[in-house]
Amino acid sequence: MATVTQPMPGPGRTPVKGSTRVVRLLRGIARPYRNSHGVGRFMLVTGTVLVVLMLLTAVFAPLIATFGFSQVAGADGQRFMNHAEPGAEHIFGTTTQGFDVFSRVVWGARTAVTVVLLALAFSLFLGVLLGLIAGFVGRWVDRVLVMVMDALFALPALLLAIVVAFLLSEYVGGGASTAALAITAVYVPQYFRVVRAATVSAKEQTYVEAARAMGARPATIMFRYLLTNVIQSVPVIATLNAADAILTLAGLGFLGYGIQPTEAAEWGYDLQRAVSDTGAGIWWTGLYPGLAIVLLVMGLTLMGEGLNETMNPAIRVRRLIPISMPELTAAQRTKAAQVPERDRPGQDRPVDTGGEDRNSREPGSGETGKGGAA
Amino acid sequence: MPTKPELMTTPEQSAERPLMEIRDLKVHYELRGSALARLVGGEGETVKAVDGVNVALRKGEVLGLVGESGSGKTTLGRALLGLVRPTSGHITYGDLDLARMPQRQLRSVRRRLQMVFQDPHAALNPSMDLATAIGHPLRIHKLVKSKAEARERVRETLERVGLTPADQFLDKLPAELSGGQKQRAVIARAIICGPELLVADEPISMLDMSVRAKILELMLELGRDLDLTYVYITHDLATAKFFCDRVAIMYLGRVVEIGPTEEIFADPKHPYTKALLRAVPDLDPERKVPRDLPRGEIPDAAAPPHGCSFHPRCPFAFEPCGWEARDLRAMFERRWIRLGEDALAREEPLVGELTEVDAHEEMVRVRAGGRAAELTALLEEARADEPDDPLWKGVERIESDGGAVVVRFRPGIDPGLLRVNAVDVACHLHDPNLSHDH
Amino acid sequence: MTEPVISVRDLRVWYGSERGPVRAVDGVTFDLRPGETLGLVGESGCGKSTLGRGVLGLLPRGAKLAGEVNYEGRNLVTASPKAIQRLRGPDLGLIFQEPLTRLNPLLRISDQFEETLRTHEPGLSKQDIRHRSIEVLRAMGIPPTRYRAYPHEFSGGMRQRIMIALALVLRPSFVVADEPTTALDVLVEAQIIGILGDLRRNFDTSLLFITHNLGIVAEACDRVAVMYAGRIVEQGPVTEVFARPQHPYTRELLRSTISLSTTGLHYIPGAPPDLIEPPSGCRFHPRCPSAMRVCPEQFPEQVEVGPQRVECWLHGPDELVPEGGREPLVREEITVADEA
Ligand SMILES: Nc1ncnc2c1ncn2[C@@H]1O[C@H](COP(=O)(O)OP(=O)(O)OP(=O)(O)O)[C@@H](O)[C@H]1O
Ligand SMILES: Nc1ncnc2c1ncn2[C@@H]1O[C@H](COP(=O)(O)OP(=O)(O)O)[C@@H](O)[C@H]1O
Ligand code: SF4
Ligand code: SF4
Ligand SMILES: [Mg+2]
Ligand SMILES: [Mg+2]
Repeated sequence: MATVTQPMPGPGRTPVKGSTRVVRLLRGIARPYRNSHGVGRFMLVTGTVLVVLMLLTAVFAPLIATFGFSQVAGADGQRFMNHAEPGAEHIFGTTTQGFDVFSRVVWGARTAVTVVLLALAFSLFLGVLLGLIAGFVGRWVDRVLVMVMDALFALPALLLAIVVAFLLSEYVGGGASTAALAITAVYVPQYFRVVRAATVSAKEQTYVEAARAMGARPATIMFRYLLTNVIQSVPVIATLNAADAILTLAGLGFLGYGIQPTEAAEWGYDLQRAVSDTGAGIWWTGLYPGLAIVLLVMGLTLMGEGLNETMNPAIRVRRLIPISMPELTAAQRTKAAQVPERDRPGQDRPVDTGGEDRNSREPGSGETGKGGAA
Repeated sequence: MPTKPELMTTPEQSAERPLMEIRDLKVHYELRGSALARLVGGEGETVKAVDGVNVALRKGEVLGLVGESGSGKTTLGRALLGLVRPTSGHITYGDLDLARMPQRQLRSVRRRLQMVFQDPHAALNPSMDLATAIGHPLRIHKLVKSKAEARERVRETLERVGLTPADQFLDKLPAELSGGQKQRAVIARAIICGPELLVADEPISMLDMSVRAKILELMLELGRDLDLTYVYITHDLATAKFFCDRVAIMYLGRVVEIGPTEEIFADPKHPYTKALLRAVPDLDPERKVPRDLPRGEIPDAAAPPHGCSFHPRCPFAFEPCGWEARDLRAMFERRWIRLGEDALAREEPLVGELTEVDAHEEMVRVRAGGRAAELTALLEEARADEPDDPLWKGVERIESDGGAVVVRFRPGIDPGLLRVNAVDVACHLHDPNLSHDH
Repeated sequence: MTEPVISVRDLRVWYGSERGPVRAVDGVTFDLRPGETLGLVGESGCGKSTLGRGVLGLLPRGAKLAGEVNYEGRNLVTASPKAIQRLRGPDLGLIFQEPLTRLNPLLRISDQFEETLRTHEPGLSKQDIRHRSIEVLRAMGIPPTRYRAYPHEFSGGMRQRIMIALALVLRPSFVVADEPTTALDVLVEAQIIGILGDLRRNFDTSLLFITHNLGIVAEACDRVAVMYAGRIVEQGPVTEVFARPQHPYTRELLRSTISLSTTGLHYIPGAPPDLIEPPSGCRFHPRCPSAMRVCPEQFPEQVEVGPQRVECWLHGPDELVPEGGREPLVREEITVADEA
């Protein structure tokens, strides 16, 4: 049977000591950034920068925003002008209702981030839990859950969100949690599917049988042995879904089923109000919320794709690491006496194997050829 | 008619009660047929992974289960721990019958019955560090009160299996260990609760040559110090010879020979055991493995051969071994391998679609389409070409019946285990009632 | 003596890694004559597979290759990838370990043979293709009636034999077989070894047989090369090497093999080294029971000992050993768990 070929744990792999869990977690987070390269790295880093900027905006919105999100009058009690052009007082101008566009965009970031984080938390929790149970228990539980999830998945995302938002608004009101729950309904099936598939294959693994042989109960097996191993691909989907969720949220707002303007600032709603402005040549009410949506969605998408590229073994391109291979000295070569009579005109120069194209040949020793671009 | 299998007890041992007694154990897996077949009510195929095994495990012994891939070794080992539910039979352990215990109760018994797996890499949860993974059985069975106590016990166990200094290993993940180290960790996890029985399923076959001896030595030491009983599953006869007190040779879900290691290796009785032993390559370059080894490979367990399941490959097979129509097909295939394409082109149309000959019957009827005489002649020619093929001992008559040729086989008998000296062997050669010339 | 089919000189294959180059093969020299089988043995991670692939130019992206692989007057190391691609198949063959993953599951066996023969010998008629394929399959014990079956209809051992047939149908003069029997049972393994043994008689093919099973080497090979940490530390005729191993590593490897005549366990302490920073001097010195003071200091010379070529100071030229170099080496204890 196959021999386990394992690279030796050498001195370079320093043994982890102390608070190993924290160190491991941090390393786990840092790994995609260290391992990525080329386009993948560009996407990952750009995306992360954009997302972090938006997160900071959301967190420090009270400090950044010049006014409240539903403020229509200055501190002095004087109402803002409607449709004021961008200027010193209102750097992005004001809207039809006299809101400060800059402040609404900043507060909108907070809304978007809150809703999306809530929605992600809900859908991750539900999707992962149900996926795990369906995959592990199997039988009718699996069949019923798969059927329900497939039905949810088959509905157009926005339609589903609207229905849920509509139903919930009766009880929960038109705030952030309603929007979050509406979005949750859209994304649960995705996590469910991924986690279920991973569980179905992971439960055939020997370590699961080993856990059974230890006498572990099914719940222990599910949460101690399967959970950590089936959520590997979840970060990628979560990031990509977050991007999608921003759009869904904006879509809900645009159609008027989202967060009510009195509850929070929301880009989709602002965009909808700005539609009629464009005809009148008022561009600032639409441009800035639109730009905010585009930037955040782009950031999340880039980050998700970047993560995917570095973490998905199927499409990952390993970074080629430069090798410096010095030429052999005469003493290191096999003695001529041991070599059959054949002329050997300096043929032992290092050669790079660039996979299929091995054209890059390396004369002499020293540094490497191409393909080693870090 | 299978003779009543004897239980493996000799007078001097019967005084002591066996640790575990396996009687008539069968584990059949249902292969799912197509959805349509199930709708129509047709049964899917069943794989008889373990098909009537009787063994008594003595306390403190090392019992080897040896056989080729697919002979049911792993399935039997898993059944001993209640990891698969037997189709029928009994596994008596103390006062318990593991074969019919509910899962809930089995869980608490598992403390005493443990397993070491073939692939140490797959047997460890990749995201659990060693301290947690090895200490987990203690916590499952509530043998420790605190995390710190578990960690202390893990530390001791790691030292016990040679992963020293233990502190260096406690926080490691499986991926940071080499193959041998992982197997040591798996063994540590298996012994931490103080088991009585350890089923080791090919524990060294995936390890590097130079590590195998180390792990075997560790297992020997642990067996001695902790008073373990081992079931050692392997397809490697050399380690079985070294490691086991008794060996059971398995073939297609049955034990075909079982007895003390020395006797089996010194004087193998079953033709399959003989073949296995002759096939082991020796370190001496002067001694070559013989060429006349049994042909072919282990048959599909979903459709095992009739009679003695080894008969299609057995060089000593004779009349009662269970000849059937499929053997004719195999004979023609061997003939065409020997004679080549021309013979195939000439003879295949005569023999008819070979699928017809594939039937699992003691009689075969080939519609020769008016060329019955030619086909009879061909069969006679084949017999004349290879008169020593054991198949011909099983062919009772070749007769023509209207336009068809009918080949009748002698009735087959299922061989049961028979006591010969200190070993039990399931082969008609050792049955004085059947075997006259051997 | 006949001219070698393939002669490898100072071959080095290094992989890139975060911590520096992995010297998987680091200066290997050997010859293979027509019809000869050379067994390549050693522990896991000593570079056997890398050497086998390096000789055929089948290396992953980014690996670096240096030295000579002389085949029909050409150095394959510097030859263009296209030229090597043309040689692979008709001249150079490879038999892998896992046969199922290498056969296309969607194609009948007949189609796989047709495809192979069409690419490399375009002139063949359909009849010839069928004939040649069936002949090779027959030699491997596959009935001609199964010619049009799909891979999944065969057992593991049969698939491995089909793989071998597929490599041999082009009549290559040099084949690398990387652990071709490791996944198989004893009886099937014996059949395949027998078949590979017949190769040199029937096809005149030279074989580089990579395995970690010394019993198989004794069974199937003419010569053996023992590899440790990227170097061939001893090579010679199997009978000689097995009867009188000259390198301590060969000796220890033979002693630690468990065979039917084993009565006690023996093993080499420690594990093969990290090939990024291999030990200084003789790479075996941290584990060698005969290590001397000179061993970690200087790289051992290759010397001829009888028919064997050995790389060890025990046989090294005395004039190169410094004063007191033959004193035993004092080392730290190796812990049991320090293993591969
Ligand atoms: N879960 C299963 N479902 C269906 N068939 C199975 C299952 N497990 C094993 N089998 C079949 O049962 C037979 C015996 O399998 P088992 O794994 O016990 O063999 P083994 O002797 O351990 O072989 P190996 O040496 O390859 O490990 C085989 O034919 C196998 O295909
Ligand atoms: N693609 C690769 N990239 C980096 N290192 C590799 C690669 N393939 C093998 N190695 C390393 O090269 C060494 C030799 O490996 P290998 O040739 O597979 O040895 P063997 O076949 O003797 O087990 C090992 O240390 C292994 O980890
Ligand atoms: S019963 Fe004995 S002789 Fe007959 S086929 Fe089986 S093993 Fe061979
Ligand atoms: S050179 Fe020294 S260390 Fe190396 S094998 Fe020979 S004696 Fe041992
Ligand atoms: Mg098994
Ligand atoms: Mg290898």
